[in-house]
Amino acid sequence: MSQPQPARRGRLKVFLSYAAGAGKTYRMLEEAQELKAKGVDIVVGYFEPHGRKDTIEKIQGLEIIPRRKIEYRDCVFEEMDTDAILKRAPRVCAVDEFPHTNVPGSERAKRWEDVMVLLDAGIDVLTTMNLQHLESLNDQILQISGIRVRETVPDWVIKQADEVVMVDVTPEALINRLRRGVVYAPDKAAAALENFFKEQTLVALRELALRQAAHEVDLRQEEPRPTDRILIHITSAPSAAMLIRRGRRVADYLRAECFAVYSCPTGNLSDLPPAERESVERHLNFARNLHIETRILQGTNPAHTLVDFARRHQITQVFLTRSASRRWNLLPSSSVVSQVLRLARNLQVTVVAERRKNY
Amino acid sequence: METHQRPDPEQLLRQIEHDERRGRRGRLKIFLGYASGVGKSTKMLNEGLRRRDRGEDVVIGAVQPKSSPEIDRLLSRYEIIRTLIVDGKDAIDLEAILRRHPQVVLIDGLAYDNPPGSRYSKRWQEIEAILEAGISVVTSVNLHYIEELQDEVSHITGKRPAETVPLDFLKRADDIEIIDAPAQAGLSQLREMALIVAAEVVESELREYLRSHHIEEIWGTQERILVGITPRSDARPILESGRRNADRFHGELFVAYVRQVELSEEDKAALEANLAIARELNAKIYRLQGRDPVRALIKFAREKGITQIFIGHSLRRGWWNRLRGNPVERLIDLSEGIDVRVFPQRPLP
Repeated sequence: MSQPQPARRGRLKVFLSYAAGAGKTYRMLEEAQELKAKGVDIVVGYFEPHGRKDTIEKIQGLEIIPRRKIEYRDCVFEEMDTDAILKRAPRVCAVDEFPHTNVPGSERAKRWEDVMVLLDAGIDVLTTMNLQHLESLNDQILQISGIRVRETVPDWVIKQADEVVMVDVTPEALINRLRRGVVYAPDKAAAALENFFKEQTLVALRELALRQAAHEVDLRQEEPRPTDRILIHITSAPSAAMLIRRGRRVADYLRAECFAVYSCPTGNLSDLPPAERESVERHLNFARNLHIETRILQGTNPAHTLVDFARRHQITQVFLTRSASRRWNLLPSSSVVSQVLRLARNLQVTVVAERRKNY
Repeated sequence: METHQRPDPEQLLRQIEHDERRGRRGRLKIFLGYASGVGKSTKMLNEGLRRRDRGEDVVIGAVQPKSSPEIDRLLSRYEIIRTLIVDGKDAIDLEAILRRHPQVVLIDGLAYDNPPGSRYSKRWQEIEAILEAGISVVTSVNLHYIEELQDEVSHITGKRPAETVPLDFLKRADDIEIIDAPAQAGLSQLREMALIVAAEVVESELREYLRSHHIEEIWGTQERILVGITPRSDARPILESGRRNADRFHGELFVAYVRQVELSEEDKAALEANLAIARELNAKIYRLQGRDPVRALIKFAREKGITQIFIGHSLRRGWWNRLRGNPVERLIDLSEGIDVRVFPQRPLP
């Protein structure tokens, strides 16, 4: 029996597109079949047929690892059986729907975390994903489609992929497939045509997907040393999540280092009122999940503390939101934005605007 | 330099004529790849068969010289209108295609020059004629045949093809689909360029859709950076950063300034110097009108779908600014949906 060698991490390949029915799973299985034909030891770890005839035909002859059954609230759910795959130890494993959230009671919360385990064990993974699940695009997706996607994957996870391949299809072809009932059952198809499958939404998502795929190719070419250092000012306001996503995205494009700070008078979160503390902790965690280095600072004046930290850490660009300070806006000059602008005349200050639904 | 204004009636008329022509014309679909061997032909031939299964009348008007058993198998299921060999050059049989008048013709290979003395010197011109005749065309092209990209591509590949297709022809296509695949060593840049070309084509499709449906929203699918300058601004660092950011995001760079009535000679020269930097960095430059410069800039930004405004820190300081809010802060307050990045400035002399 061949044991995977832990010394070598598996390679990750992501088939990226922008909507259900684009043909990601089909492309993945096509590649799986090619590998099998070449004699590579490959299994299917998770496969979502969605009742699609073409896709189901493509899986014929491939070894499928049976799913694991998990009971939750008197229902039985099926998830990928990561342990069984590890035991089987194939060379390559095909895993559908990378951003999937596992049912509570599963060992890991997200399927992408299961995939990380497979990669750590030296197994190569082929997987599929739609662009709208990328964390840093969450606000833009809301703006374009009116939908707040809850199931997200942090950008650094995709960055770890060795290859990201765009599975392209025209919106027209997608809508046709949907109308012909190839993608979803009729009731679900009708709902989809009202939401993600509106033509203008698809066109915009497709453009984002193409740009993202280009960016992924770009990232994998030689990497210059980062020159920019971005600092995000975290608050308890709800807009902080959007600010963090935007800062992360700009940092990724500029290949900048990214930090986030929160400041309060004692420098200790336990001194905050419970609701505020909970928000701040959530935002700090969110930033850490996106691989942003976070710090809690002690200071009575947020603007002073922020600018002082920026100076001491060679920050080139500070990110903040304007809405966060609005409440206290007795005089325009008293807002954090105004103060930072006055104090940080030798820094770039980016004031991030909230994105709204487009209709 | 353009002075900014709203679309004129003539432009609207052209749009209407364009839409009407579209109704009668065949549809053009292009498969774009970044290199040969990524699978354009297979994809195209499969699509043709699918269309035929759905009842469309599909024939082949041109095939690639290089073949494979899989391609031969696909070709054997088609009616083929053979190309003509004239002076050793492959040319599609335009007359035969127009006579046969199928619903769809597949033309594998878009970038061909016709033999001297032909009615059309380029194959893409023949495709125009086929489309005009109401026949839809599905065709394929490699990135390195795109006219406008010749310098960049030949820099990477060391080769410069003799036969090219204008980018505008791709942009006019009703559909473009990219055939993406992992790149062999050295070809990643081509792959990236192909993805961006496809994104640009989709972007113009989106803009046209939004325009024709009178939607004036910022969709933010492409980063558009606007640098606002004044005679007094220390524009070089802002403009250079604008260029670098636009490039990193594969976005667009705009530069705008608001016309002021009474400029001193000194300020005029300073403004001209700043504009020279903008031109050097290949920005699109606009002169805006308006009594309130901040509002003029915001209005322009909304019309252009700007996602980020870059400006210099306000040079004035003191109690007046603190009380009334300086222009930078007013801009931030009014810039709903647009990020504002404020840059360090040299102190005033």
